[in-house]
Amino acid sequence: MATVIEKPEHVRLTEQGKPVTLLEAIREGMWEEMERDERVFVMGEDIGAYGGAFKMTDGFLDHFGGMRVIDTPISETGFTGAAAGAAHMGMRPIVEMQFMDFVSTAYDIITNYIATSRYRGSGGVPMVIRGPTGGGVRGGPFHSQNPEMAFFHTPGLKIVYPSTAHDAKGLIKAAIRDDDPVLFFEHKWLYRRPQLREVLPQDDYIVPLGKARTHREGTDLTIVTYAAMVHKSAEAAEILQKEDGLSVEVIDLRTLLPLDEEAIIQSVKKTNRLLIVHEDTRTGGIAGEIAMRVNEKAWEWLDAPVLRVAAADAPVPYSPPLEDYFLPQVEDVVKAARHLAAY
Amino acid sequence: MANKTRARTTTIPHGLTRDQLLEMYRLVRLTRSLEERLELLFKQSKVIGGLFRSLGQEGESVASAYALRRRTDGTGDMLSPLIRNLGSMLTIGAKPVEVVKQYMAKGDSLARGKELNIHITDYDRGFVGQISPLGDLIPVMAGVALTFKQRGEDRVAMVYIGDGATSTGAFHEGVNFAAVQKLPLVVIVENNRWAYSTPSKFMTAARSFVDKAPGYGMAGEQVDGNDMLAVYGASKRAVERARSGGGATLIEVMTYRRKGHAQHDAQTYVDPAEIEHWASTNDPIDRYVKALLDNGWATAQELTGIGEQIDRELDEAVAEAEKSPLPPPEEALTDVYADGPVNAPWTRHEPADPTRA
Ligand SMILES: Cc1ncc(C[n+]2csc(CCOP(=O)(O)OP(=O)(O)O)c2C)c(N)n1
Repeated sequence: MATVIEKPEHVRLTEQGKPVTLLEAIREGMWEEMERDERVFVMGEDIGAYGGAFKMTDGFLDHFGGMRVIDTPISETGFTGAAAGAAHMGMRPIVEMQFMDFVSTAYDIITNYIATSRYRGSGGVPMVIRGPTGGGVRGGPFHSQNPEMAFFHTPGLKIVYPSTAHDAKGLIKAAIRDDDPVLFFEHKWLYRRPQLREVLPQDDYIVPLGKARTHREGTDLTIVTYAAMVHKSAEAAEILQKEDGLSVEVIDLRTLLPLDEEAIIQSVKKTNRLLIVHEDTRTGGIAGEIAMRVNEKAWEWLDAPVLRVAAADAPVPYSPPLEDYFLPQVEDVVKAARHLAAY
Repeated sequence: MANKTRARTTTIPHGLTRDQLLEMYRLVRLTRSLEERLELLFKQSKVIGGLFRSLGQEGESVASAYALRRRTDGTGDMLSPLIRNLGSMLTIGAKPVEVVKQYMAKGDSLARGKELNIHITDYDRGFVGQISPLGDLIPVMAGVALTFKQRGEDRVAMVYIGDGATSTGAFHEGVNFAAVQKLPLVVIVENNRWAYSTPSKFMTAARSFVDKAPGYGMAGEQVDGNDMLAVYGASKRAVERARSGGGATLIEVMTYRRKGHAQHDAQTYVDPAEIEHWASTNDPIDRYVKALLDNGWATAQELTGIGEQIDRELDEAVAEAEKSPLPPPEEALTDVYADGPVNAPWTRHEPADPTRA
């Protein structure tokens, strides 16, 4: 048995009333769940002694030992499938994808096996698959993707994608406690942003899955968004307030599946104009689904067609001018909002 | 140093000529020097994104690729590299200036700024760009080899994989297919003891990676990866077996990764003495130089001359790469399909004037 090492400094920040980054918030959330519940364990590549490619599980191995912090071979299908088996036996595994881009390697076991398990009578699969996502870091086509929509169409899965430190901690805890398989996406561009540092509540809080949050209140126009685009949209909202006197409401979805349709509809009924912003590529992006739901449920309240800002329908490019052109920028949001407001 | 006076020279093994020995020296030296330049450029923030080094492994990359039939007209053998196979790429025919441009994300790089690292392709010169998801190129190169066989061409495909990446499903499926079909494929498993921070013992419970070969029903050979001539010999045997219809071979090259996984990795999980041991006693270039000089296959002056010429070539490559432009933003939307660019997001091209309604 490994001797248990003291809780390290970098998972005590909240305890000490210090502000934490989004990454630190997730780390603390996982740590607390592992302390609270012996069934929770983590698996993934280089997560042990090294503490993970982004240092998310730094210090976990020393404290929790090698049976709960497992360094795996590079075999995403293998360890994701193994996590499902452990979940069947009553455990609560957390699987780390070194980059979420590689989750596609485990697509079969996630969509065919894990997502259908409860439905097939094999019982629920309480597990979390988490890892870094998103662009803006010159990571090229295989270290920058937003693969949420590859899974959005799969009933049986839940998909979480936080944008603030507070939510990230509350959502990871909720995801771990959830009785269904949860894909938990972490935008790496947000991981260590100093602007996102927050002092978090010291009590054991969760943020419920499936509930959106109003990031910014407004009356003229609604922007529905999530993850990194919450911050770009909020920046755009500031510009629109200053330069156009527009009052823009920004809704952060936080959970994509299940989608908080109610929060979207309510905001649309208030502002009568809807812009959807996502970093994922446009075709088959979540904007299409949201627009359709608004069409079904709030058509009469719309004063303008629903618009969207999304990444171009291309792989994520590497060179800075290409990636900047590919990704939605603040100016795109401003332009689209102006267009919408002028209807 | 005074090798000029040496009267006797030992016979060169594997049917190599003295010119070929010197060419291999040039390639391995070039690999290390080019990576050193790239590291310098990285520190000057001129490299975009990450940088991977192959320090200590350059020998096996060059020597294995050197066993291939190299052509520039699309009739030669083909290889697909991994992150640590700059040496293989230079050997099969990639140019230093192309590599520097690639790392600087330039518009006239082989991937035109869309992709990074040495993930570059030129079918004519015989290289297929790898992708990051590890193992995926094993089945792809099996398919390349399949076509050589289908068309009755005596060409060979070579593909590299790290010890860590042999754990992926794609590796297994690709190797198995190649073995079953007796394809002209050479799989080089680079056992450099580490996969990022994870030692090989956590990657496989098998005694060695070459032990997997009989499990697939294919030929296997293990070789000292820091002995360039030994690697060349093993690769040559595998290539000849493939070319003559003998099927696929797995070669396990025993080597050592002396740098971290990438530039950002300080390698704190490795005992520095272990790295130092490999550096001082088992550097592939040092060993090769010693063999060249001790056997009288080359003179110290010749090797110095080659080094100087490489420095000049790299000066020019870097200068040229620095001058070349970044790609125009709109290029982000080309090459998604064969029949023209995809649409730009409407916010990028429609006028700001919102009088549409
Ligand atoms: C399918 C997949 N999972 C994870 C990764 C992240 N990753 C990139 S390189 C690497 C380690 C590779 O080790 P090894 O195969 O031994 O090659 P080496 O770096 O030692 O040359 C990992 C885990 C990846 N690229 N692809």
